[in-house]
This record gives sequence, structure tokens and C-alpha cells, in this order.
Amino acid sequence: MNVRIIKDKMMHAGVVFVTLCTLVPLFAIIYSVVAKGIGQINWDFFTKVTPNSMEAMLAVAEGKVIPGGVLQGIVGTLLIVLPATFAAVPFGIGGGIYLYEKDNSRLAAVLRMIVDMIQGLPSIILGIIVYLWVVVPMKSYSAIAGSVAMFIMMLPMIVRSTEETLRMLPNNLREAGLTLGGTNFRVMMRVMLPSAFGGTATGILLAVSRVIGETAPLTLTILGSANVCYDPREPNSAVSLLIWEFYNDPNMQSLIWSAALLLLVIVLLLNLLAKKLSKG
Amino acid sequence: MNQYPIMKIKNLSVEYAKGKPAVKNINAEIMNHTVTAIIGPSGCGKSTLLRAMNRIHELYDNINVTGEILLDEENIFRKSPIIVRRKIGMVFQRPNPFPNMSIYENVLSGYTLNGIKLKKSTKNEIVQTNLESVGLWDEVKESLQKKGTFLSGGQQQRLCIARALALRPQVLLMDEPTSALDPIATKKIEELILQLKNRVTIVVVTHNMQQATRLADSSMFMYLGELIEYLPTYELFNNPKNKKTQDYISGNFS
Ligand SMILES: Nc1ncnc2c1ncn2[C@@H]1O[C@H](COP(=O)(O)OP(=O)(O)OP(=O)(O)O)[C@@H](O)[C@H]1O
Ligand SMILES: [Mg+2]
Repeated sequence: MNVRIIKDKMMHAGVVFVTLCTLVPLFAIIYSVVAKGIGQINWDFFTKVTPNSMEAMLAVAEGKVIPGGVLQGIVGTLLIVLPATFAAVPFGIGGGIYLYEKDNSRLAAVLRMIVDMIQGLPSIILGIIVYLWVVVPMKSYSAIAGSVAMFIMMLPMIVRSTEETLRMLPNNLREAGLTLGGTNFRVMMRVMLPSAFGGTATGILLAVSRVIGETAPLTLTILGSANVCYDPREPNSAVSLLIWEFYNDPNMQSLIWSAALLLLVIVLLLNLLAKKLSKG
Repeated sequence: MNQYPIMKIKNLSVEYAKGKPAVKNINAEIMNHTVTAIIGPSGCGKSTLLRAMNRIHELYDNINVTGEILLDEENIFRKSPIIVRRKIGMVFQRPNPFPNMSIYENVLSGYTLNGIKLKKSTKNEIVQTNLESVGLWDEVKESLQKKGTFLSGGQQQRLCIARALALRPQVLLMDEPTSALDPIATKKIEELILQLKNRVTIVVVTHNMQQATRLADSSMFMYLGELIEYLPTYELFNNPKNKKTQDYISGNFS
């Protein structure tokens, strides 16, 4: 056999091996989350709040599933992530447009630096900052504070994905719009942004799926809640935060996995949708 | 038809970098309802000259344009760039229909981008007449709501021409409009250019000398940013005065 063919076979085997090395842990994680979490997934899981530690202990002692669910976390997550997304989308897209249009200006350089800095900031530090800026002046932990933290986390991701997708469009598209007598603004709104829809939407979905699993900044901003709460000025709960709380309660162990499964499915769906949109 | 110079270029220079003009001190007059070709070796400034004519250069920092261009005796650099660009349309080398718009919307995009609202019946009429003028109507009338990007390259280019024509420009600038197309599509665009001459003045950049002889009433030969010779096309190719022109058309350099 020829050396080139042997080399090729070895390369091929190497690639397969490395791929397996990355896939095995991934499937192991998914498998264990599903295996351990699925038992607690039932109607109550989505419609009832978390039981207290005592109830959970009794249920576990009798070998039954833990009664109740994570309703307050689901409501909290929605109450925190939705407003944050609605605010981050226009600001993020606006920022992305600015960076694209005013590529060389001094303000763009500053903006780009801030964006990179926020993106590199550990989320716990962001939590501390929001604690000082929002929780302390309001004298209460609140869903609002959580939203602010999520907003700040999403912003750089949306800014960057918008800017990058705009840059990927052929330059003569913009020129074509302008040579038809369009103003910069109209060309942006009618041609560039709609043409960049796939990439921008992908960036938004990935940003949402990123923050939906965040816990650290939430411990410092929303605190947690045992009940469903619709008032954004009050402390609240979130699915990711509940996972942390379950982890700290020896009686709630199996709920950890169910809540994790819920997040995993949401994040997976968001990512699949993002992939679909980015393909146009 | 009464011929007069619709466009007068006076002392036009364009610099991408200070002190190094890519186009140097051009003087030329372009007659209305003619096709003018700009030929010359790669990098000689053909596109740069063409893009000065509808003020694209000012979209970029650092590009410096000096001199005058008169359209119907009015200096385009003293008018609103929006109005200038509406009167002087442009077709690009790569067909670039707006990917977010249907064929129908692409033809009307000049109006949308100018914020002009039209009645449904007017829109239909504009779409049909302009697609007819580029010979695309019969091919696409059943699929007007499809995206323009689904068309073949040649069809896309004709759609782009229809899009430019829809605004009824006086001048149409084309930068190597067929260089991305196959021979059959090229032939169709060439036939179209000859037809359109009746309603619009055309300036076309080409590096294909045969194309210039087929299309153009007059031709400009550029070299290193300078306009070396500007003559009726037949004269330029059969009786060039300048040595450089002779060398270029006889294929001694490209
Ligand atoms: N955006 C730009 N920035 C800096 N220099 C440029 C830019 N565009 C063109 N040039 C330079 O200006 C000169 C003229 O370029 P131009 O594109 O006008 O040539 P051309 O005749 O159209 O060439 P081609 O036949 O290859 O299209 C070239 O030397 C080119 O490198
Ligand atoms: Mg060129």
C-alpha cells in the first residue's frame, strides 16, 4: 500500500477518534440529565410551585416523586428574560448598526472596547454591579434587577452579531441602495437589516439561550422566591436559580435534574431554531 | 434626435490617497442618447471615473474628488446627492438584486428607498413596463412574488437594470455589466443596451474591446488614470492617434 493512502487512513482515524472524544462526554451529559430528570417531569412540574423541604423529604422517604414543580421559576425566568430581550434587541441592533456605519470613528472604538469588556466580564461581577446600581437604590431584590443584569449580558452579543452579519453582506448591496437615491437610513432599514435578518436573529436567540442558564448574577439580583410572583419590583425566582437552590437542599436532589432537563431542552430548541434561521 | 452633450466632465480628479490620483484631470463630454464605453487596462481608473459620475465616492471617507461634472449644465456636486443618484442610475458588475425583496419589490425598490408611496395600479404598471423593457416580463410574470435572487445571473442583471430604469434616470452607468455572465446572457444584455439608448444615455465600462465596438458610439481609452483618447468608437479602434492606444487595441498589453 502506498504511503499516501496509509497517511490518509491514519488521518481519518484520528479525526474520528477526536470527534468521538468530544461527542462521548456530550452524550453522557445529555443521557444522565434525561435519565435522572425525566422521572420528575409531569404536569405538576410545570403547574405547581416547589414544595417545602419537609414535604419533599417525606415523599422521598416513601419512595414517591417529589410533589410540586418549578412554576415560580418558569414565571420568574419569563419575567426576567422577556423584558431584557425586548430591551436588548433594539439597543443591540442599534449598536451593531452604529459600529458598522461609523467603523472608524473614535466613539465606535470606545463602544467596541466596552462591548468586548462586558463580554469578557465574569457574570458574577456583573451581578455585583447591578446589585449596587439597582438593588441597593431600590432597597429590594427584584425581577427588574435581574432583567437589567440579563440585558447587559445580552447587549454585547447582539451588537456583535448584528455588526458582523452586516459586514458579511456584499458591499455593493449598500451601494445599490444608495445609488437608487436611498438615504443611509432607508437603505439600512429596507435593505441591509432585512438581508441580515438570519444572522441577527441567530445572535438574539443565542444570547437568550446564554442568559437563560445564568445563575450567578441572579443570586445577587432576584434572590429567589418560593411563590409565583408577578410584581417585577419584588424578589423572584428563576429555573436556573432553582437548580442552585435544589443543589443546596439534600431533599430536593431529583428536582435538580428535572429543572436541568427543562433548561437543556429550552436551550437546545433555541439553538436549533438559531441554526435554522442562520441558514435562511 | 437632437444631440447635445448631456454630461460635461471638467478637470475631474479622484484621489484615494493624498497626492496619488487614481483619475487625473479628466475632461470629456458625453452626448445624450449615446453609448459611451470606457476601456483600458486593469487598474487604470475606469471604475473610479464611473463612480465619480453619481457621487458614490463621497460615501467613503478619505476619497477626494475635485473638478466638476455638469448634468444638463448643472454641477452635480452642488445638488443633492439623492437627486443626482436618482437621475444617474447604476448597474454593478455582480448582479445584486436585493435579497430580501421579491422580483416585484426589487423593481419598485427605487421608490421605496426614496420614501415614495404609490397606488397599487401604478406599482403594477411600473413593474410591468420596466420588466418588459428589459425583456424579463414574459419570463417572470408568473413568479413576481419570488425572491429576485432565485433568478439566473443574466436574469438578475436584467432585473437590476429594470430596477434602475424604474426611476427614469437620464444616465445609466454600468461597470462591466456582463463580466460575470455567460455568453448568451451577455448577448441579451448587449442587445438591451442598444435598445435602451433611445431613452437613456449609457456609460459602460468594459475590458472587452469587441464589446465596446459592438455597443459604443464613442469610446474613452484610459491609461494610468488619464484619459488618453476619446473618439467615436470606429475611429478609436481603426485610427488611434496615440501610441498607447494603438498598443492596447492591438493587444500589446492588457
Ligand atoms: N477603494 C480604493 N482605495 C484605494 N485605492 C483604490 C480603491 N479603489 C481603487 N483603487 C485604486 O485606484 C486605481 C484605479 O482603480 P479602478 O478600480 O478605478 O480601476 P479599473 O480601471 O476599474 O480596473 P479594473 O479593470 O480592474 O476594474 C487602482 O490603482 C486601484 O488600486
Ligand atoms: Mg473596475
